[in-house]
Amino acid sequence: MTEAVIKIEQLCKDYFTDAGTVPVLHEVSLKVMPGEFVAIMGPSGSGKSTFMNILGCLDVASSGSYFLNGRDVGEQSRDELAQLRNQVIGFVFQGFNLLPRANLEDNVALPLIYRGIARDERIMQANIMLNKVGLGKYHHSRPNQISGGQQQRVAIARALVNQPKLLLADEPTGNLDTHTSKEIMELFNELNKRDGITIVLITHEHDIAAYAHRLVRLADGCVVYDGPVDGDPHLQAGHTHTGASA
Amino acid sequence: MMLAMLSEAWMAMWANRLRTILTMLGMVIGVAAVILMLAVGQGTQQQVQESIASMGSNLFIILSGSTTSGGLRMGGGAAPTLTLTDAQSIEELPLVAAVAPSSPGTAQLVYGSSNWSTQVIGTTPSYLTVRDWRLASGMPFTDSDIRSATRVALLGQTVAQNLFGDEDPIDKTIRIKNSPYLVLGVLAGKGQSLDGRDQDDTVLVPVTTAQRKLFGSQFAGTVRFIMTQAESAEAMPQVEKSIIELLRQRHRIREGADNDFSIRNLTAMANTAAETAKVMSLMLGAIASISLLVGGIGIMNIMLVSVTERTREIGIRMAIGARGKDILLQFLLEAIIISVIGCLIGVLLGVGGAYAVSAASGMAVVVTVSSIVTAFVVAAAVGIFFGWYPARKASMLRPIDALRFQ
Repeated sequence: MTEAVIKIEQLCKDYFTDAGTVPVLHEVSLKVMPGEFVAIMGPSGSGKSTFMNILGCLDVASSGSYFLNGRDVGEQSRDELAQLRNQVIGFVFQGFNLLPRANLEDNVALPLIYRGIARDERIMQANIMLNKVGLGKYHHSRPNQISGGQQQRVAIARALVNQPKLLLADEPTGNLDTHTSKEIMELFNELNKRDGITIVLITHEHDIAAYAHRLVRLADGCVVYDGPVDGDPHLQAGHTHTGASA
Repeated sequence: MMLAMLSEAWMAMWANRLRTILTMLGMVIGVAAVILMLAVGQGTQQQVQESIASMGSNLFIILSGSTTSGGLRMGGGAAPTLTLTDAQSIEELPLVAAVAPSSPGTAQLVYGSSNWSTQVIGTTPSYLTVRDWRLASGMPFTDSDIRSATRVALLGQTVAQNLFGDEDPIDKTIRIKNSPYLVLGVLAGKGQSLDGRDQDDTVLVPVTTAQRKLFGSQFAGTVRFIMTQAESAEAMPQVEKSIIELLRQRHRIREGADNDFSIRNLTAMANTAAETAKVMSLMLGAIASISLLVGGIGIMNIMLVSVTERTREIGIRMAIGARGKDILLQFLLEAIIISVIGCLIGVLLGVGGAYAVSAASGMAVVVTVSSIVTAFVVAAAVGIFFGWYPARKASMLRPIDALRFQ
């Protein structure tokens, strides 16, 4: 039996505010196998972003366990977590999060710096990735010289440059128009199919979620649906992306 | 890794050129000030030390006492109380290295068509020992010149210049007060004394010649002052005491009566001057150090702003795998680059400034390698010290907080 990329059990996350403890995630369990393409949906405040940050080792859970690629995330030191983010996970953000003053090549090569790869090798790998997302000829441009869709492609190239097991995308199409969104999703699809990269993405649009093979719906910090995309009762009921009446 | 970090740091600094330059400026001014002030301070100190060395070491000067003539007190050195035999008996005291009885006066010197008025000191060969004064050329007069009061002279540099110009004065005959004197030698240059007099504007003749033939005196065998050199600095108090005892006894001064001579410790006075110069040098250095400190605080200030401003960037870097120490190193490197480059420019400016000051005002400056190294090390340390806190702050950020920062 192959090992799960993500194995989460009874995971809780509470925020502590002046008003008291606010539970954001409540006993969430999730298992993602290699090669899966999972979409996480849920209304605003359902805890999906928090969940994503915990998945990406950017935030830590209050209780419960999280095994990433067989390693217990709760047991890792700060440096080990950084190493996980660097080599096991590729993260794609809604706002692209590229470094504005570095050119595309350097942006994509950035994760390789923290792995101690020599400059020539870094630039070569970065260009391979840029070519893969179709932006090879822009390698000396700066992020503000290309379109949003292209910037997201660069961000994806950066996320993939260390050959991660898992690609996490937090509303990757949130800042893009429909046409560009489609292109980005097709890129994700291709990466999943051809390269077998495990993908978990957050979205609140059903046509984006439709690219995935599996849907996890969160509401008020709990998993309310986990199954095939077209089997989601909320989807069939014709709810819009807010899902407020759920 | 380090190279990549350096280029990352350089990129960040280049992106904020103006700010980087302004931060650097604080460092530049600080370092330049330290180097310049140390150069001026050490220059002054060296000047004082040279003057002290030119005076001779472990020196006493014994002056004859004052006289009262019809109610008018004549001042120190006026009374003819010290004699050549006093000098001879001082020389026999233990711990005394050399004794030079001296009778100074002023006379007009003539050589060919040149003439020059200067101080003529009648003294013994040991004067050269006591003052630690070498000859530039020729040879000194000897004890036999003293015994026979020959007309011979040693010229100071200034006198030789004024009378002879480029000509070699040795074995030439000059006229002092219209009597012919043979020039035996020329003294090496000594420069200014502590009080700014030109020590080279002088002529030495045998003391007996000065007394009998040059100035004449109603009291034969008296001298104006006796310079005495102790064997060591430690021996000075002992020597001072025994000189006073000896002279009181020789001059038959009764118990309780005042001395008819005075004795001064020149070395103590010189040490005070040296001490003053040292304190001044230290003060200048301290004041300049404050500007270096201010420069360092400037670095910390800018680095803190930079960390806050780039929190999001730090978040991105952490999200893609930067460890705390990578972030720490990046910001620390920026601080170090700023301080080291600022320091290099500061050193150049400081050294250039020191020579400019010296050229413009004639003030002595000494730029030592050690002062440059010190300024450099201190500046680098200041950069690291003040860069550490902001860098540490950046590295301690939680990735999620840094990413969310707007």
